[in-house]
This record gives sequence, structure tokens and C-alpha cells, in this order.
Amino acid sequence: MDNSRLETNLAGIQMASPVMTASGTFGYGEEFEGFVDLSLLGGVMVKGTTLLPRRGNDGARMAETPAGMLNSIGLENPGVEYFLSDILPRIKKYRMNVIVNISGSSVSEYGELAKRLDVDGVAAIELNVSCPNVKDGGIIFGTDEKSAAAVVREAKRNTHKPVVLKLSPNVTDIVAIAKAVEAAGADALSLINTLMGMAIDIKTWRPVLGNVTGGLSGPCVKPVALRMVWQVANAVGIPVIGMGGIETAEDAIEFFLAGASAVAIGTANFRDPAATMKIIRGIDDYLKKRNLSNIKELVGKMKIE
Amino acid sequence: MALHEKAAFAIDTEIVENKMILPDVYGITVKAADISKNARAGQFIHVRIDAGMIFLRRPLGVADVDEKQGTLTMFYRLIGNGTHALSKLKAGDNVNCLGPLGNGFSLAEKKTLIIGGGMGLAPLILLSRRLPMKADLLIGGRNEDEVFWEKYFSPYVDNIFVTTDDGSKGRKGFTTDYLPEILDKNHYGTIYVCGPDIMMRKIYEIAKRKEIPCQVSLERRMACGMGACLSCAIDTNDGKRKKVCVDGPVFEAQEVL
Repeated sequence: MDNSRLETNLAGIQMASPVMTASGTFGYGEEFEGFVDLSLLGGVMVKGTTLLPRRGNDGARMAETPAGMLNSIGLENPGVEYFLSDILPRIKKYRMNVIVNISGSSVSEYGELAKRLDVDGVAAIELNVSCPNVKDGGIIFGTDEKSAAAVVREAKRNTHKPVVLKLSPNVTDIVAIAKAVEAAGADALSLINTLMGMAIDIKTWRPVLGNVTGGLSGPCVKPVALRMVWQVANAVGIPVIGMGGIETAEDAIEFFLAGASAVAIGTANFRDPAATMKIIRGIDDYLKKRNLSNIKELVGKMKIE
Repeated sequence: MALHEKAAFAIDTEIVENKMILPDVYGITVKAADISKNARAGQFIHVRIDAGMIFLRRPLGVADVDEKQGTLTMFYRLIGNGTHALSKLKAGDNVNCLGPLGNGFSLAEKKTLIIGGGMGLAPLILLSRRLPMKADLLIGGRNEDEVFWEKYFSPYVDNIFVTTDDGSKGRKGFTTDYLPEILDKNHYGTIYVCGPDIMMRKIYEIAKRKEIPCQVSLERRMACGMGACLSCAIDTNDGKRKKVCVDGPVFEAQEVL
């Protein structure tokens, strides 16, 4: 594999490939070490991190749905201090871009998290303003232009790292929010977070998930994600990281053509722990066959006559 | 526990046999040399069923391995669309197996008692083979058909105690009714249990009174099986969260019950 075809730079982050892993689906990367060469990834968006440890939601946290799944984990994580003292030192050796996904319950908490994570070994910050599974998980910030912009400004004030904002699809006008956070100084956008959904057990008449609603992901959401990536990429000048149901290199290539500069693989990691490696190889093969010298030649190149 | 020190494989395996044992219970044997060589008793395989819109893998306990043939056997009950689709596969078909996953039982050097109910008996077969000293077995089911497991254990265990809910075989009643009497007459260094949560809880209560250490194997819905998705989190008695997939599925009973 000729790495030069896949190498890219996104908002100042130098990447071995444009294939990342989505937060909450890949742990801290180390869990997949036996299946993945972590240094080939563009980056690992680690599990959503909060100021204090969180236990996450009680009851059933996951349900399979047709061609996908619902989750309502509820941001279980050991907190930023533990991440910095125990996890980050351990995962530095993998030479991967560590992008820390952060969630706050107030604008100032995002600033505090960004400040604490402004350390060696962190490549970027991803602002999670779209977790649908906890009341204080930031969704309030992700569904309102002014709040989303305020979170970005606060994070930018507190870190030297590139700041990526993860957009919620659970809004009426995703483009309006994308433009607002670009104006507030976001360095890149990632989308989509999960779509809010639910399932009911007709034997018991109870919700399948303990939290009643959850976030839908997997191949079933791909067309929605692709459409939103296309709309947003056309409306902003900052790079877009596309995610939502990508399982194969072909899926990823659709996202590049729609305007994504990089993609993130999420739920597919659950089906195949080596999914990212197959996708990277598949993208490289595609570029080679098409005589393209770099992934950039695909970005936003969908033709509409 | 360092996850990356464990060897796990994701392999497209060929099905050697996938047969009905009871109308709703199947046994599947696949060729998976690397997995069968590495599997410990109590570990599980995450099986991907590439059919229809089934998305996630299904965790099935390793019931037995044949190191020479390089095969492994698992049992499953037809519950939902995943297991129904799995039951349609034939010898020669492929199924992707990810494993061995999880921690497995710790093997006691003393005489032990193995207790299983329903599908919980499956992972105990390999345990009975791997224990250094022949264990006794207490096995429960709704009726005679459901205690078919006996034949898989008989070469590897010493005394077999059977209960059925309807009395069609062995003692009428539950394993938990019979257990106190068995414990009065025999001495065990450890009790291993796998079955419905309520059964494991009751057995642990009885074992605790006799101060016998008890290892239980839990079953939870899981997505990744590798500690990343946090779907299978459980509460421990000291207020922590643990993951059934990587911290378990086997736990010391006092930790989780």
C-alpha cells in the first residue's frame, strides 16, 4: 500500500489515512490492538469524556434493530483526570492521533475540559454537543445555534488544539448550526451523531432500552448521514469528518464524494473489529484503479449535471 | 487485566455440523483451529450471522473443543431472529467467529461441584473436561428432554445429580431444592454455576452459608464483545461498573450477586 495516496491533513492534524474511528465505538483504541494497526488510522476519537466519572445509564443499554442498533450507554466514562493520568500515558505508544471527545453540562465545563486536555499526546478535541442519551450530555448545546457557538468559543479560548464539533442530526436545520459553529471558530465538523430512536418489546409492553430512547446507528442511518454531510460540506469552508453507517470502502468513498475530508467508522467495528483496516485497503485500491494520487481528489467531487 | 495480552481471532469458519438437539436447541460445530487451541473453559465466541438485516454478533459460550480436529462446539436456543437464522445454516456454510473472548473459569485444584440450568450448561462441559479433579454435576431442566446434557458430561464427571420441574427424570423440583442435601453429604472446594440469574443467586446464597467459593458465568446482551461499547455493563457489589465481555463472563459470585 502506497501511503502517500491516503495521507491527508485535516485542520492541522497530519493523518496516515483519512479513516478514523468514531467515539464510543472503539474504546481507547487499545481494545482493538490485536486486529488493527492503530498507526494506520487517521485518528481515534476516544470514548466521550466528562469532568467527573460517570456510571452511565441503568437497565438495557443496547438493542439490535434492522441493519443497525440503538444504544443508550449514557456517557459511562472514568472522567478526565483518570484519562489523563492512566489512559493517555498508556495509549501514547500506538502513535495514533488521539482525539478526545468531551461532554459538558455547561459552557464553562467544555472550557475546563478543553483546558485540561491541552496536553502533549492529544491531537484534537471533539465537542460532543449531541449525545441523545443523557439530559446533561450537551444535546441542548447541539440543537441551538447560539449555544453551540458559545461552546466552540469557550473551547477555543482554552486550548491550542484543533477543535472539532460533532453535529447532531436531531435538528430541523443542520446547516444553520454548522455555519454558526464555523463562525465561532470551529476548526472542523464531524457528523452525524446517532439519530434518536426507540424500540418496544411487544411481549412485555415495555421499552427495550432502560432509558426508553436511544441513539440509532449502523448501515440503516447511512443515507441520512450522507445527505447531511453533503449539505454541510457545501455550506461551510472548514473540513468535514463524515460518519454514519460506514461499513465498507465503497460507503466511505460515497462520503468523500459528498464532501467529507475524512471519515469515521463507528458501529461497523462491532461487526468486524478489523473493519477499519479493510476500509483503508479498499480506499487505496480504489484510488489506484482510478489513477488518483491522493484522497483529496475525491473530496466533494460528486457530479450534478 | 491487560486486554491486548489475550489472543483473539476473527475467522471465517466452516460449519462441520449444525444440528437440532431439541426443537428449540441446536448444537453447532465449526472448524476454527486457532480459536479451539486457545479457548479456555468459560470463554465465549462472538458469532456473526450474515443473513438479512441481522447486524450484531451473538455471544455463544464455548461448550467444547477438539484440539486435534481444530473444531469448537457451541449450543444455542432459538430465541430471536439471530438464532433462527443461525439454525438455517448447513454443514459447509461459513460463519465468522470472533474469539475466544472473556476471562473463563479459574480451575480449582480440589473436588468441585458444577451446577447448570438450561443453556447455562453449555460452557460447563469444557469446564468439566479441564478441571484437574473430576467434578460432581448437578443439572436441572423443565423435563427429561431438557436434561439431555447429561451425556455430554458423563465421561468427565463423577456423580451426576438430576432435577426436573415435572419429575420426569431425577429428583422433582429445582437444583436449589436438591443442593442443600448434596452439600450436607459432600465436600467441595468450589461451586461453578451457569444458568438463569435467579437460579445463580439462590445457589450462591446456599453456597455462602456453607462458605464454599462460588464462580458464576453471566450472560448479557453485548455489541462488540471487546470492552469498547459498554453495552454489557453490570454493577458490582462494591459499587463499580464491570463489563461482562472482558471482566467476565465469569465472576466470583460475591462480587456480582
